[in-house]
Amino acid sequence: MQSAQMWLQAEPGRPRAPTGPPGREGALVAELMSLRDAVEGLVNDGDSVALEGFTHLIPFAAGHEVIRQGRRELELIRMTPDLIYDQMIGMGVARRLVFSYGGNPGVGGLHRFRDAIENDWPRPVEIEEHSHAGMANRYAAGAAHLPCAVMRGYVGTDLVSHTTVAPITCPFTGERLTAVPALRPDVAVVHAQEADRDGNVQLWGIPGVQKEAILASQRSLVTVERIVGELEPRPGGVTIPGWVIGAVAEAPGGSRPSYSLGITDRDNDFYKFWDKMSRDRERFIAWMSENVLQNDHATTT
Amino acid sequence: MTVEARQNGTRTASAGEIQTIVAARRLRRTRTVFIGVGRPSTAAILARMVHNPDLVLVYESGTIGAKPFRIPLSIGDGELAQTADAVVSVPEMFNYWIGPGRIDVAFLGAAQIDRHANLNSTVIGDYDHPKTRLPGAGGAPEIAASCGEVIVIARHAKRTFVEKLDFCTTVGHGDGPGARERLGFRGKGPTAVVTDLGVLEPDPQTKELVLTQTHPGTTVDEVKQQTGWELKVSGDIETTEPPTPEELDALRELLDR
Repeated sequence: MQSAQMWLQAEPGRPRAPTGPPGREGALVAELMSLRDAVEGLVNDGDSVALEGFTHLIPFAAGHEVIRQGRRELELIRMTPDLIYDQMIGMGVARRLVFSYGGNPGVGGLHRFRDAIENDWPRPVEIEEHSHAGMANRYAAGAAHLPCAVMRGYVGTDLVSHTTVAPITCPFTGERLTAVPALRPDVAVVHAQEADRDGNVQLWGIPGVQKEAILASQRSLVTVERIVGELEPRPGGVTIPGWVIGAVAEAPGGSRPSYSLGITDRDNDFYKFWDKMSRDRERFIAWMSENVLQNDHATTT
Repeated sequence: MTVEARQNGTRTASAGEIQTIVAARRLRRTRTVFIGVGRPSTAAILARMVHNPDLVLVYESGTIGAKPFRIPLSIGDGELAQTADAVVSVPEMFNYWIGPGRIDVAFLGAAQIDRHANLNSTVIGDYDHPKTRLPGAGGAPEIAASCGEVIVIARHAKRTFVEKLDFCTTVGHGDGPGARERLGFRGKGPTAVVTDLGVLEPDPQTKELVLTQTHPGTTVDEVKQQTGWELKVSGDIETTEPPTPEELDALRELLDR
Protein backbone atom coordinates (compact mmCIF):
# COMPACT_ATOMS: atom_id res chain seq x y z
CA MET A 1 0.00 0.00 0.00
CA GLN A 2 1.25 3.45 -0.85
CA SER A 3 1.17 5.88 2.01
CA ALA A 4 -0.61 9.21 1.58
CA GLN A 5 2.66 10.98 2.19
CA MET A 6 4.27 9.19 -0.73
CA TRP A 7 1.53 10.33 -3.07
CA LEU A 8 1.95 13.87 -1.85
CA GLN A 9 5.63 13.62 -2.62
CA ALA A 10 4.84 12.54 -6.14
CA GLU A 11 2.58 15.50 -6.84
CA PRO A 12 4.09 17.49 -9.70
CA GLY A 13 5.47 20.88 -8.89
CA ARG A 14 5.14 20.41 -5.16
CA PRO A 15 8.35 21.27 -3.36
CA ARG A 16 9.60 18.36 -1.35
CA ALA A 17 11.40 18.50 1.95
CA PRO A 18 14.90 17.07 2.01
CA THR A 19 14.53 13.36 2.59
CA GLY A 20 17.96 12.09 3.54
CA PRO A 21 20.56 10.66 1.21
CA PRO A 22 19.44 10.55 -2.40
CA GLY A 23 18.73 7.18 -3.92
CA ARG A 24 17.45 5.69 -0.70
CA GLU A 25 14.90 2.89 -0.86
CA GLY A 26 11.24 3.72 -1.05
CA ALA A 27 11.18 7.17 -2.66
CA LEU A 28 8.56 7.54 -5.37
CA VAL A 29 10.33 10.32 -7.21
CA ALA A 30 13.94 11.16 -7.90
CA GLU A 31 15.46 14.10 -6.10
CA LEU A 32 16.13 17.15 -8.25
CA MET A 33 19.46 18.45 -7.07
CA SER A 34 22.38 20.54 -8.17
CA LEU A 35 25.13 18.54 -9.80
CA ARG A 36 27.50 19.45 -6.99
CA ASP A 37 25.14 18.28 -4.24
CA ALA A 38 24.24 15.13 -6.14
CA VAL A 39 27.85 14.04 -6.61
CA GLU A 40 28.64 14.95 -3.02
CA GLY A 41 25.73 12.89 -1.73
CA LEU A 42 26.08 9.90 -4.03
CA VAL A 43 29.74 9.26 -4.80
CA ASN A 44 32.09 8.31 -1.96
CA ASP A 45 35.79 7.58 -1.94
CA GLY A 46 36.37 3.89 -2.72
CA ASP A 47 33.01 3.39 -4.48
CA SER A 48 32.55 1.38 -7.64
CA VAL A 49 31.15 3.88 -10.11
CA ALA A 50 29.77 3.31 -13.61
CA LEU A 51 29.55 6.40 -15.80
CA GLU A 52 27.82 4.98 -18.86
CA GLY A 53 26.83 6.26 -22.30
CA PHE A 54 27.98 4.22 -25.31
CA THR A 55 29.52 6.70 -27.78
CA HIS A 56 26.59 9.06 -27.04
CA LEU A 57 25.29 10.89 -23.96
CA ILE A 58 28.58 10.48 -22.10
CA PRO A 59 28.25 12.18 -18.69
CA PHE A 60 31.27 14.49 -18.90
CA ALA A 61 29.92 17.19 -16.57
CA ALA A 62 29.30 14.65 -13.81
CA GLY A 63 32.74 13.10 -14.30
CA HIS A 64 34.30 16.55 -14.03
CA GLU A 65 32.41 17.20 -10.82
CA VAL A 66 33.78 13.92 -9.38
CA ILE A 67 37.30 15.13 -10.28
CA ARG A 68 36.68 18.59 -8.75
CA GLN A 69 35.43 17.07 -5.50
CA GLY A 70 38.70 15.14 -5.26
CA ARG A 71 37.21 11.63 -5.04
CA ARG A 72 39.86 8.93 -4.69
CA GLU A 73 40.26 5.14 -4.90
CA LEU A 74 37.28 4.66 -7.19
CA GLU A 75 36.62 1.51 -9.13
CA LEU A 76 35.64 2.96 -12.49
CA ILE A 77 33.41 0.78 -14.66
CA ARG A 78 32.59 1.62 -18.25
CA MET A 79 32.45 -0.29 -21.55
CA THR A 80 34.36 2.39 -23.44
CA PRO A 81 36.47 4.51 -21.07
CA ASP A 82 36.57 7.27 -23.73
CA LEU A 83 37.96 10.71 -22.91
CA ILE A 84 36.05 11.02 -19.64
CA TYR A 85 37.86 8.10 -17.97
CA ASP A 86 41.12 9.15 -19.62
CA GLN A 87 40.67 12.42 -17.72
CA MET A 88 39.65 10.76 -14.46
CA ILE A 89 42.49 8.21 -14.61
CA GLY A 90 45.00 10.94 -15.45
CA MET A 91 43.81 12.94 -12.43
CA GLY A 92 44.42 9.98 -10.13
CA VAL A 93 40.79 9.27 -9.29
CA ALA A 94 40.85 5.54 -10.12
CA ARG A 95 42.19 2.56 -8.19
CA ARG A 96 40.73 0.04 -10.62
CA LEU A 97 39.26 0.07 -14.10
CA VAL A 98 36.72 -2.37 -15.56
CA PHE A 99 36.23 -1.95 -19.31
CA SER A 100 35.99 -3.52 -22.77
CA TYR A 101 37.42 -0.96 -25.22
CA GLY A 102 39.92 1.69 -24.12
CA GLY A 103 40.35 3.71 -27.30
CA ASN A 104 39.62 7.19 -28.62
CA PRO A 105 36.90 6.18 -31.12
CA GLY A 106 38.01 6.71 -34.70
CA VAL A 107 41.15 8.56 -33.59
CA GLY A 108 43.49 6.16 -31.79
CA GLY A 109 44.56 5.33 -28.26
CA LEU A 110 43.85 6.94 -24.90
CA HIS A 111 47.15 8.34 -23.67
CA ARG A 112 46.35 8.79 -19.97
CA PHE A 113 44.85 5.27 -19.84
CA ARG A 114 48.00 3.92 -21.52
CA ASP A 115 50.34 5.89 -19.27
CA ALA A 116 48.59 4.51 -16.18
CA ILE A 117 48.80 0.90 -17.39
CA GLU A 118 52.24 1.07 -19.00
CA ASN A 119 53.99 3.37 -16.49
CA ASP A 120 51.78 3.53 -13.37
CA TRP A 121 51.33 7.29 -13.87
CA PRO A 122 49.99 9.10 -11.89
CA ARG A 123 49.36 5.90 -9.93
CA PRO A 124 49.01 2.18 -10.64
CA VAL A 125 45.57 1.19 -11.88
CA GLU A 126 44.39 -2.40 -11.61
CA ILE A 127 42.43 -3.52 -14.69
CA GLU A 128 39.74 -6.05 -15.44
CA GLU A 129 38.85 -6.24 -19.10
CA HIS A 130 36.09 -7.95 -20.99
CA SER A 131 34.55 -8.01 -24.42
CA HIS A 132 31.62 -5.69 -25.20
CA ALA A 133 29.26 -8.67 -25.22
CA GLY A 134 30.57 -9.69 -21.81
CA MET A 135 30.17 -6.22 -20.29
CA ALA A 136 26.69 -5.79 -21.79
CA ASN A 137 25.62 -9.13 -20.32
CA ARG A 138 27.18 -8.29 -16.96
CA TYR A 139 25.09 -5.12 -16.78
CA ALA A 140 21.95 -6.97 -17.90
CA ALA A 141 22.49 -9.60 -15.16
CA GLY A 142 23.02 -6.79 -12.65
CA ALA A 143 19.80 -5.09 -13.72
CA ALA A 144 17.97 -8.40 -13.24
CA HIS A 145 19.65 -8.89 -9.83
CA LEU A 146 20.92 -12.24 -11.06
CA PRO A 147 24.37 -13.42 -9.97
CA CYS A 148 25.63 -13.99 -13.50
CA ALA A 149 24.74 -13.99 -17.17
CA VAL A 150 25.15 -16.87 -19.58
CA MET A 151 26.43 -16.25 -23.10
CA ARG A 152 28.44 -17.61 -25.99
CA GLY A 153 31.81 -15.90 -25.91
CA TYR A 154 35.44 -15.56 -24.79
CA VAL A 155 36.29 -19.20 -25.63
CA GLY A 156 39.61 -19.73 -27.35
CA THR A 157 40.91 -16.25 -26.50
CA ASP A 158 43.63 -15.20 -24.04
CA LEU A 159 41.00 -13.07 -22.29
CA VAL A 160 39.78 -16.21 -20.49
CA SER A 161 42.94 -16.44 -18.37
CA HIS A 162 43.09 -12.69 -17.69
CA THR A 163 39.57 -11.86 -16.59
CA THR A 164 36.61 -13.12 -14.57
CA VAL A 165 34.67 -15.61 -16.66
CA ALA A 166 33.88 -19.28 -16.17
CA PRO A 167 32.60 -22.15 -18.30
CA ILE A 168 29.08 -23.36 -17.58
CA THR A 169 27.07 -26.21 -19.08
CA CYS A 170 23.48 -25.74 -20.16
CA PRO A 171 21.42 -28.15 -18.01
CA PHE A 172 18.94 -28.68 -20.85
CA THR A 173 21.10 -29.14 -23.93
CA GLY A 174 24.55 -29.83 -22.51
CA GLU A 175 26.02 -26.95 -24.57
CA ARG A 176 29.17 -25.45 -23.13
CA LEU A 177 28.63 -21.75 -22.52
CA THR A 178 30.37 -18.91 -20.71
CA ALA A 179 29.19 -17.32 -17.47
CA VAL A 180 30.09 -13.72 -16.64
CA PRO A 181 29.53 -12.22 -13.17
CA ALA A 182 26.83 -9.58 -12.74
CA LEU A 183 27.91 -5.97 -12.36
CA ARG A 184 26.40 -4.29 -9.30
CA PRO A 185 28.13 -0.89 -9.05
CA ASP A 186 27.63 1.29 -5.98
CA VAL A 187 26.66 4.19 -8.24
CA ALA A 188 25.59 4.61 -11.85
CA VAL A 189 25.87 8.00 -13.53
CA VAL A 190 24.30 8.66 -16.93
CA HIS A 191 23.28 11.65 -19.02
CA ALA A 192 19.92 12.05 -20.80
CA GLN A 193 18.15 14.68 -22.83
CA GLU A 194 15.21 15.36 -20.51
CA ALA A 195 13.62 14.80 -17.13
CA ASP A 196 10.36 16.00 -15.67
CA ARG A 197 10.00 17.45 -12.17
CA ASP A 198 9.46 14.01 -10.65
CA GLY A 199 12.76 12.90 -12.11
CA ASN A 200 11.26 10.65 -14.78
CA VAL A 201 13.90 10.57 -17.49
CA GLN A 202 13.75 10.17 -21.25
CA LEU A 203 16.71 9.63 -23.57
CA TRP A 204 16.71 8.95 -27.27
CA GLY A 205 19.23 8.12 -30.01
CA ILE A 206 21.84 5.45 -29.28
CA PRO A 207 20.65 3.99 -25.94
CA GLY A 208 23.83 2.10 -24.97
CA VAL A 209 23.59 0.36 -21.60
CA GLN A 210 22.37 3.29 -19.53
CA LYS A 211 19.09 1.73 -18.43
CA GLU A 212 20.86 -1.48 -17.43
CA ALA A 213 23.54 0.50 -15.55
CA ILE A 214 20.93 2.36 -13.50
CA LEU A 215 18.95 -0.77 -12.68
CA ALA A 216 22.15 -2.68 -11.78
CA SER A 217 23.42 -0.06 -9.33
CA GLN A 218 22.67 0.62 -5.69
CA ARG A 219 22.44 4.38 -6.28
CA SER A 220 22.12 6.47 -9.41
CA LEU A 221 22.45 9.97 -10.78
CA VAL A 222 21.08 11.18 -14.09
CA THR A 223 22.23 14.51 -15.46
CA VAL A 224 19.95 16.03 -18.09
CA GLU A 225 20.09 18.71 -20.74
CA ARG A 226 16.83 20.19 -19.47
CA ILE A 227 13.99 19.75 -17.01
CA VAL A 228 10.60 19.90 -18.75
CA GLY A 229 7.02 20.13 -17.51
CA GLU A 230 6.01 16.94 -19.22
CA LEU A 231 8.00 14.29 -21.13
CA GLU A 232 6.91 14.12 -24.72
CA PRO A 233 7.36 10.56 -26.09
CA ARG A 234 10.09 10.37 -28.78
CA PRO A 235 10.60 7.71 -31.45
CA GLY A 236 12.92 5.12 -29.99
CA GLY A 237 12.89 6.96 -26.67
CA VAL A 238 13.87 5.11 -23.50
CA THR A 239 11.90 6.23 -20.45
CA ILE A 240 13.22 5.51 -16.98
CA PRO A 241 10.78 6.12 -14.11
CA GLY A 242 11.98 8.54 -11.47
CA TRP A 243 11.35 6.06 -8.67
CA VAL A 244 14.31 3.90 -9.71
CA ILE A 245 16.62 6.92 -9.96
CA GLY A 246 18.35 8.42 -6.96
CA ALA A 247 18.93 11.97 -8.14
CA VAL A 248 18.47 14.08 -11.23
CA ALA A 249 20.61 17.14 -11.88
CA GLU A 250 20.22 19.66 -14.67
CA ALA A 251 23.48 19.99 -16.62
CA PRO A 252 22.96 21.68 -20.00
CA GLY A 253 25.73 20.67 -22.41
CA GLY A 254 26.72 18.06 -19.83
CA SER A 255 27.70 15.44 -22.40
CA ARG A 256 30.14 17.65 -24.35
CA PRO A 257 32.39 16.82 -26.21
CA SER A 258 30.17 13.75 -26.63
CA TYR A 259 26.63 14.72 -27.59
CA SER A 260 22.96 14.58 -26.77
CA LEU A 261 21.11 13.72 -29.97
CA GLY A 262 18.81 16.52 -31.08
CA ILE A 263 20.33 19.05 -28.67
CA THR A 264 24.11 19.12 -29.01
CA ASP A 265 26.52 17.76 -31.65
CA ARG A 266 29.52 15.49 -31.12
CA ASP A 267 32.66 17.64 -31.11
CA ASN A 268 34.83 15.45 -33.34
CA ASP A 269 37.54 18.12 -33.45
CA PHE A 270 37.88 17.93 -29.69
CA TYR A 271 38.44 14.17 -29.84
CA LYS A 272 41.27 14.82 -32.35
CA PHE A 273 42.65 17.67 -30.22
CA TRP A 274 42.65 15.38 -27.16
CA ASP A 275 44.78 12.84 -29.01
CA LYS A 276 47.52 15.41 -29.53
CA MET A 277 47.30 17.36 -26.31
CA SER A 278 46.93 14.50 -23.83
CA ARG A 279 50.16 12.74 -24.87
CA ASP A 280 52.10 15.12 -22.65
CA ARG A 281 51.60 14.86 -18.87
CA GLU A 282 52.25 18.53 -18.16
CA ARG A 283 49.99 19.81 -20.91
CA PHE A 284 47.29 17.42 -19.69
CA ILE A 285 47.54 18.69 -16.11
CA ALA A 286 47.51 22.30 -17.28
CA TRP A 287 44.47 21.69 -19.45
CA MET A 288 42.55 19.91 -16.69
CA SER A 289 43.45 22.62 -14.22
CA GLU A 290 42.22 25.39 -16.47
CA ASN A 291 39.17 23.70 -17.95
CA VAL A 292 37.92 21.41 -15.20
CA LEU A 293 39.33 22.25 -11.77
CA GLN A 294 38.82 26.00 -12.11
CA ASN A 295 35.60 25.83 -14.05
CA ASP A 296 32.39 24.94 -12.30
CA HIS A 297 30.46 24.61 -15.53
CA ALA A 298 33.21 22.86 -17.40
CA THR A 299 31.90 21.05 -20.41
CA THR A 300 35.32 21.02 -22.04
CA THR A 301 34.91 22.66 -25.44
CA MET B 1 42.20 16.11 -56.93
CA THR B 2 42.83 18.44 -59.84
CA VAL B 3 40.43 18.98 -62.75
CA GLU B 4 43.06 17.45 -65.01
CA ALA B 5 43.17 14.32 -62.87
CA ARG B 6 39.40 14.11 -62.92
CA GLN B 7 39.33 14.18 -66.70
CA ASN B 8 42.21 11.80 -67.06
CA GLY B 9 40.97 8.22 -66.73
CA THR B 10 44.48 6.81 -66.39
CA ARG B 11 45.27 8.43 -63.04
CA THR B 12 46.56 5.95 -60.49
CA ALA B 13 45.00 4.99 -57.22
CA SER B 14 47.02 4.90 -54.00
CA ALA B 15 47.57 1.59 -52.19
CA GLY B 16 45.09 2.67 -49.52
CA GLU B 17 42.46 3.53 -52.12
CA ILE B 18 42.89 0.14 -53.79
CA GLN B 19 42.52 -1.58 -50.42
CA THR B 20 39.25 0.24 -49.72
CA ILE B 21 37.93 -0.46 -53.22
CA VAL B 22 38.81 -4.18 -53.02
CA ALA B 23 37.09 -4.43 -49.63
CA ALA B 24 33.99 -2.73 -51.06
CA ARG B 25 33.86 -5.21 -53.97
CA ARG B 26 33.61 -8.05 -51.45
CA LEU B 27 30.20 -6.67 -50.44
CA ARG B 28 28.56 -6.90 -53.88
CA ARG B 29 26.16 -9.65 -52.88
CA THR B 30 26.13 -9.14 -49.10
CA ARG B 31 22.88 -8.35 -47.32
CA THR B 32 24.20 -7.14 -43.96
CA VAL B 33 27.65 -5.95 -42.95
CA PHE B 34 29.01 -5.17 -39.50
CA ILE B 35 31.60 -2.38 -39.46
CA GLY B 36 33.80 -0.32 -37.23
CA VAL B 37 35.13 3.12 -38.12
CA GLY B 38 38.02 3.88 -40.45
CA ARG B 39 38.69 2.08 -43.70
CA PRO B 40 36.03 -0.65 -43.11
CA SER B 41 33.36 2.01 -42.74
CA THR B 42 34.58 3.84 -45.86
CA ALA B 43 34.55 0.58 -47.82
CA ALA B 44 31.00 -0.28 -46.76
CA ILE B 45 29.67 3.19 -47.60
CA LEU B 46 31.44 2.97 -50.97
CA ALA B 47 29.86 -0.45 -51.59
CA ARG B 48 26.43 1.11 -51.00
CA MET B 49 27.28 3.87 -53.49
CA VAL B 50 28.60 1.77 -56.38
CA HIS B 51 27.80 -1.94 -55.94
CA ASN B 52 24.98 -2.66 -53.56
CA PRO B 53 22.55 0.15 -52.68
CA ASP B 54 20.50 -2.19 -50.46
CA LEU B 55 23.46 -3.15 -48.26
CA VAL B 56 22.49 -2.93 -44.58
CA LEU B 57 25.21 -1.24 -42.50
CA VAL B 58 25.31 -2.30 -38.87
CA TYR B 59 27.49 -0.41 -36.38
CA GLU B 60 28.39 -1.67 -32.91
CA SER B 61 26.81 1.40 -31.34
CA GLY B 62 23.39 -0.13 -32.03
CA THR B 63 22.52 1.44 -35.37
CA ILE B 64 21.07 -1.08 -37.84
CA GLY B 65 20.60 0.05 -41.43
CA ALA B 66 22.49 3.33 -41.04
CA LYS B 67 22.82 5.38 -44.24
CA PRO B 68 25.62 7.85 -43.58
CA PHE B 69 26.27 10.45 -46.28
CA ARG B 70 29.65 11.32 -44.81
CA ILE B 71 32.25 9.02 -43.31
CA PRO B 72 31.61 8.98 -39.56
CA LEU B 73 34.53 9.68 -37.20
CA SER B 74 33.08 7.47 -34.49
CA ILE B 75 30.60 4.61 -34.48
CA GLY B 76 28.41 6.83 -32.32
CA ASP B 77 28.10 9.78 -34.71
CA GLY B 78 24.61 11.28 -34.68
CA GLU B 79 24.08 10.75 -38.40
CA LEU B 80 24.20 6.97 -37.92
CA ALA B 81 21.36 7.00 -35.39
CA GLN B 82 19.32 9.52 -37.38
CA THR B 83 19.43 7.51 -40.62
CA ALA B 84 19.15 3.99 -39.14
CA ASP B 85 16.21 1.62 -39.65
CA ALA B 86 16.51 0.63 -36.01
CA VAL B 87 18.57 1.78 -33.04
CA VAL B 88 19.05 -0.81 -30.31
CA SER B 89 20.80 -1.07 -26.94
CA VAL B 90 24.20 -2.72 -26.57
CA PRO B 91 22.86 -5.87 -24.86
CA GLU B 92 20.29 -6.22 -27.66
CA MET B 93 22.94 -5.70 -30.36
CA PHE B 94 25.10 -8.53 -29.05
CA ASN B 95 22.43 -10.92 -27.78
CA TYR B 96 19.73 -10.62 -30.45
CA TRP B 97 21.62 -9.55 -33.58
CA ILE B 98 25.28 -10.58 -33.51
CA GLY B 99 25.10 -13.71 -31.33
CA PRO B 100 22.45 -15.53 -33.41
CA GLY B 101 24.44 -14.90 -36.60
CA ARG B 102 22.03 -12.46 -38.24
CA ILE B 103 24.90 -10.43 -39.75
CA ASP B 104 26.44 -11.86 -42.94
CA VAL B 105 29.85 -10.19 -43.04
CA ALA B 106 31.93 -8.43 -40.39
CA PHE B 107 34.92 -6.21 -41.12
CA LEU B 108 37.56 -6.31 -38.39
CA GLY B 109 40.97 -4.73 -37.95
CA ALA B 110 43.84 -5.68 -35.64
CA ALA B 111 47.31 -4.63 -34.49
CA GLN B 112 48.59 -8.18 -35.05
CA ILE B 113 47.39 -11.11 -37.17
CA ASP B 114 48.89 -14.59 -37.43
CA ARG B 115 48.88 -17.23 -40.21
CA HIS B 116 45.51 -18.59 -39.04
CA ALA B 117 43.96 -15.12 -39.00
CA ASN B 118 43.77 -14.91 -35.22
CA LEU B 119 43.84 -11.28 -34.08
CA ASN B 120 45.44 -9.21 -31.33
CA SER B 121 44.04 -5.83 -30.35
CA THR B 122 44.93 -5.99 -26.64
CA VAL B 123 48.67 -5.55 -25.93
CA ILE B 124 52.08 -5.56 -27.55
CA GLY B 125 54.50 -7.24 -25.17
CA ASP B 126 53.65 -8.92 -21.89
CA TYR B 127 50.08 -8.52 -20.64
CA ASP B 128 51.05 -7.42 -17.14
CA HIS B 129 53.87 -5.15 -18.29
CA PRO B 130 52.92 -4.18 -21.82
CA LYS B 131 55.20 -2.34 -24.20
CA THR B 132 52.09 -0.88 -25.80
CA ARG B 133 48.67 -1.07 -24.28
CA LEU B 134 46.10 -1.22 -27.10
CA PRO B 135 42.37 -0.46 -26.74
CA GLY B 136 41.29 -4.07 -26.16
CA ALA B 137 38.65 -6.45 -27.41
CA GLY B 138 35.58 -4.31 -27.92
CA GLY B 139 33.07 -6.45 -29.77
CA ALA B 140 35.56 -8.43 -31.83
CA PRO B 141 35.66 -11.88 -30.13
CA GLU B 142 31.93 -12.50 -30.34
CA ILE B 143 31.58 -10.79 -33.73
CA ALA B 144 34.24 -13.10 -35.19
CA ALA B 145 32.65 -16.15 -33.55
CA SER B 146 29.12 -15.51 -34.75
CA CYS B 147 28.89 -13.38 -37.90
CA GLY B 148 28.54 -15.34 -41.16
CA GLU B 149 32.09 -14.53 -42.19
CA VAL B 150 34.87 -12.10 -41.30
CA ILE B 151 36.97 -9.93 -43.60
CA VAL B 152 40.06 -8.54 -41.93
CA ILE B 153 41.30 -5.15 -43.08
CA ALA B 154 44.92 -4.43 -42.17
CA ARG B 155 47.97 -2.55 -43.37
CA HIS B 156 50.51 -5.04 -44.62
CA ALA B 157 53.63 -4.81 -42.46
CA LYS B 158 55.92 -7.26 -40.72
CA ARG B 159 55.04 -5.96 -37.28
CA THR B 160 51.35 -6.63 -38.01
CA PHE B 161 51.62 -9.99 -39.84
CA VAL B 162 53.45 -11.93 -37.13
CA GLU B 163 54.58 -15.49 -36.52
CA LYS B 164 53.07 -15.44 -33.02
CA LEU B 165 50.53 -13.08 -31.46
CA ASP B 166 51.46 -11.37 -28.20
CA PHE B 167 47.85 -11.89 -27.10
CA CYS B 168 44.96 -13.67 -28.77
CA THR B 169 42.03 -11.27 -28.51
CA THR B 170 39.93 -12.79 -31.28
CA VAL B 171 39.96 -16.29 -32.69
CA GLY B 172 40.10 -16.57 -36.47
CA HIS B 173 40.91 -20.17 -37.38
CA GLY B 174 42.58 -21.03 -34.04
CA ASP B 175 45.29 -23.64 -34.51
CA GLY B 176 43.95 -24.78 -37.86
CA PRO B 177 41.39 -27.22 -39.25
CA GLY B 178 38.47 -28.03 -36.95
CA ALA B 179 39.37 -25.40 -34.36
CA ARG B 180 36.25 -23.29 -34.85
CA GLU B 181 33.98 -26.34 -34.71
CA ARG B 182 35.63 -27.50 -31.46
CA LEU B 183 35.05 -24.08 -29.92
CA GLY B 184 31.38 -24.14 -30.94
CA PHE B 185 31.60 -21.13 -33.26
CA ARG B 186 28.81 -20.78 -35.77
CA GLY B 187 30.25 -18.41 -38.36
CA LYS B 188 32.79 -19.35 -41.02
CA GLY B 189 35.44 -17.08 -39.56
CA PRO B 190 37.89 -15.06 -41.65
CA THR B 191 37.43 -15.67 -45.39
CA ALA B 192 39.81 -12.92 -46.56
CA VAL B 193 42.42 -10.48 -45.32
CA VAL B 194 42.44 -7.37 -47.48
CA THR B 195 45.65 -5.36 -47.18
CA ASP B 196 47.18 -2.44 -49.02
CA LEU B 197 49.38 -4.92 -50.93
CA GLY B 198 47.03 -7.78 -51.76
CA VAL B 199 44.52 -10.32 -50.53
CA LEU B 200 45.16 -13.39 -48.35
CA GLU B 201 42.63 -16.19 -48.04
CA PRO B 202 42.65 -19.28 -45.82
CA ASP B 203 43.51 -22.54 -47.55
CA PRO B 204 40.34 -24.69 -47.36
CA GLN B 205 42.28 -27.67 -45.95
CA THR B 206 44.92 -26.16 -43.66
CA LYS B 207 43.15 -22.86 -42.82
CA GLU B 208 46.50 -21.13 -43.24
CA LEU B 209 46.41 -17.76 -44.99
CA VAL B 210 47.64 -17.93 -48.58
CA LEU B 211 48.36 -15.02 -50.90
CA THR B 212 45.68 -15.15 -53.63
CA GLN B 213 45.84 -11.64 -55.05
CA THR B 214 48.39 -8.85 -55.39
CA HIS B 215 47.33 -5.28 -56.11
CA PRO B 216 48.58 -3.57 -59.29
CA GLY B 217 52.21 -2.51 -58.94
CA THR B 218 52.95 -4.93 -56.07
CA THR B 219 55.13 -8.02 -56.46
CA VAL B 220 54.77 -11.32 -54.60
CA ASP B 221 58.25 -10.78 -53.12
CA GLU B 222 57.21 -7.43 -51.66
CA VAL B 223 54.25 -9.05 -49.93
CA LYS B 224 56.44 -11.86 -48.61
CA GLN B 225 58.93 -9.35 -47.25
CA GLN B 226 56.18 -7.63 -45.29
CA THR B 227 54.87 -10.87 -43.79
CA GLY B 228 56.40 -12.25 -40.58
CA TRP B 229 55.97 -15.90 -41.50
CA GLU B 230 56.86 -17.97 -44.57
CA LEU B 231 53.88 -16.86 -46.67
CA LYS B 232 52.46 -19.44 -49.05
CA VAL B 233 51.35 -18.28 -52.47
CA SER B 234 48.34 -19.65 -54.30
CA GLY B 235 48.90 -21.52 -57.56
CA ASP B 236 46.23 -19.35 -59.22
CA ILE B 237 47.40 -16.01 -57.86
CA GLU B 238 45.80 -13.07 -59.63
CA THR B 239 46.53 -9.41 -60.03
CA THR B 240 43.75 -7.26 -58.60
CA GLU B 241 41.56 -5.72 -61.27
CA PRO B 242 42.51 -2.02 -61.16
CA PRO B 243 39.95 0.41 -59.72
CA THR B 244 37.46 1.55 -62.34
CA PRO B 245 37.06 5.31 -62.86
CA GLU B 246 33.59 4.96 -61.33
CA GLU B 247 34.96 3.33 -58.17
CA LEU B 248 37.77 5.83 -57.80
CA ASP B 249 35.56 8.86 -58.44
CA ALA B 250 32.98 7.64 -55.94
CA LEU B 251 35.64 6.99 -53.29
CA ARG B 252 37.28 10.38 -53.73
CA GLU B 253 33.96 12.14 -53.74
CA LEU B 254 33.03 10.33 -50.52
CA LEU B 255 36.32 11.31 -48.86
CA ASP B 256 35.73 14.94 -49.91
CA ARG B 257 32.25 15.18 -48.38
